[in-house]
Amino acid sequence: MSRSELLNEDNNSTVLANACEMPHAGESVRATSLESVTKHFGRFAALRGVTADFCSGRLYTIVGDNGAGKSTLLRIITGLLQPTRGKVEVLGTSALCDVRPQIGYMAHAPLLYEELDAMENLRYFGGLYGIRDHGRFESAIRMVGLDPELKRRVGQYSQGMRQRLSLARSVLNDPKLLLLDEPFSNVDIVSAREMVRLLGRMRDGGKTIFLVTQQPSLLEGTADEFVHMTMGRIVERVRPAPSPAGPVSVSSTEGRL
Amino acid sequence: MSSLAAVFKSTLAKDLRMEWRSKDAINSMLFFALLVVVIFSFSFDPTAEESRQIAGGLIWVAFLFAAVVALNQTWARELRNQVLDAYRISPAPANSLFLAKTVGNFIFVGVLELLMAPLFVMFYNLRPIGPVWELAVVGALGTWALVVNGTFFAAMSIRTRSREVMLPLILFPVSIPALLAMVEATTAILTGDSSPVFWMNLLAVYDLVFTTACLLLFETILNAE
Repeated sequence: MSRSELLNEDNNSTVLANACEMPHAGESVRATSLESVTKHFGRFAALRGVTADFCSGRLYTIVGDNGAGKSTLLRIITGLLQPTRGKVEVLGTSALCDVRPQIGYMAHAPLLYEELDAMENLRYFGGLYGIRDHGRFESAIRMVGLDPELKRRVGQYSQGMRQRLSLARSVLNDPKLLLLDEPFSNVDIVSAREMVRLLGRMRDGGKTIFLVTQQPSLLEGTADEFVHMTMGRIVERVRPAPSPAGPVSVSSTEGRL
Repeated sequence: MSSLAAVFKSTLAKDLRMEWRSKDAINSMLFFALLVVVIFSFSFDPTAEESRQIAGGLIWVAFLFAAVVALNQTWARELRNQVLDAYRISPAPANSLFLAKTVGNFIFVGVLELLMAPLFVMFYNLRPIGPVWELAVVGALGTWALVVNGTFFAAMSIRTRSREVMLPLILFPVSIPALLAMVEATTAILTGDSSPVFWMNLLAVYDLVFTTACLLLFETILNAE
């Protein structure tokens, strides 16, 4: 991003209203809404009063230093962590257990059984969502560039292959909301670019994607918004401008982002 | 949508397949139980009558300690690569996971008991005076009592730092009534001195109460941070 400018510092509500306008459908839908979300681990505050809205059908890239609270934010949106204070709404409800079938999550760790092969893993995790279609498992494995016929156990996969299979697992249930924590770590650059293209197509298909990464340059031209986090706070949200004028920042460090 | 029965079946099948491939739990349980049998048989030299008196206690203590090894393995697999998180964010019922793990452990400990039974008979010169089918019923009820609580408390202790130590610390005191019933019932059958029915009833009630309590509480345990 070559340039950014701050908009609406004094009137964040206007920013909020504009933030969820869908350019194509003309509708306003919030995929996730956070209200003063704070998360403490003992004395350590991983999130400090995060207030933000995120719209449907967009790809958000979350960046920040280690310990900035990026992974904690994702885990709170999935419902794996409960906020110490504050309110979280996902896909229009605060009862996260109701929207579990519509959430896909890829963590730092691959969330796969090392003793099983790719197909066995997907068959098991698909079963948790009531998915039994063998063809769907095959196409998910092919989609991430792996071979569904490969009988090798996941424990014998390279890190990059595990990451790709983990992505296949996370999209198996065709989620409306996809949360990806460092999906490109240990993935070669060619495969990472292919994954970005795939995520772009998913976004165009209507999915909302949150992606935590230390390699934001890979997402330039694909991400709808870059969310910067520091010390448990969202400090800036930058929307790359579609015109040659360059990117546009939509927020300040205070208030609803 | 995922039903309780379907998820139970696929989780059990997955656990059995993984155990068949790794043999982690069964191997460690077997070696442990074998050591107990051999060491005790060398330490004491009981007559056939004395053997019948002490075998009930010896058998169940050996199985209890060996079961702890398998119970720790159960959740260790789910913690590796944080696989449990994938289950937690899915709409699958928590109790499917608990029941599948418990039945899986029941099978593992049951296999161990079947393999160890001939060795106990051989080393301690055992010959039950009471009916053998009662021994099978006590075995099933006693094993369920061990694994249902063990699976539950192992799930509770997975997030603690010294979980291998924590599990027996929580499990053994809770298992005392069941252990007492198992030992008394087994001794009654082996010696033929008294009826094991009271102890078998006690075991059945214990199983019922603790299975219900575990099923009611497991979702809270699974989703605890």
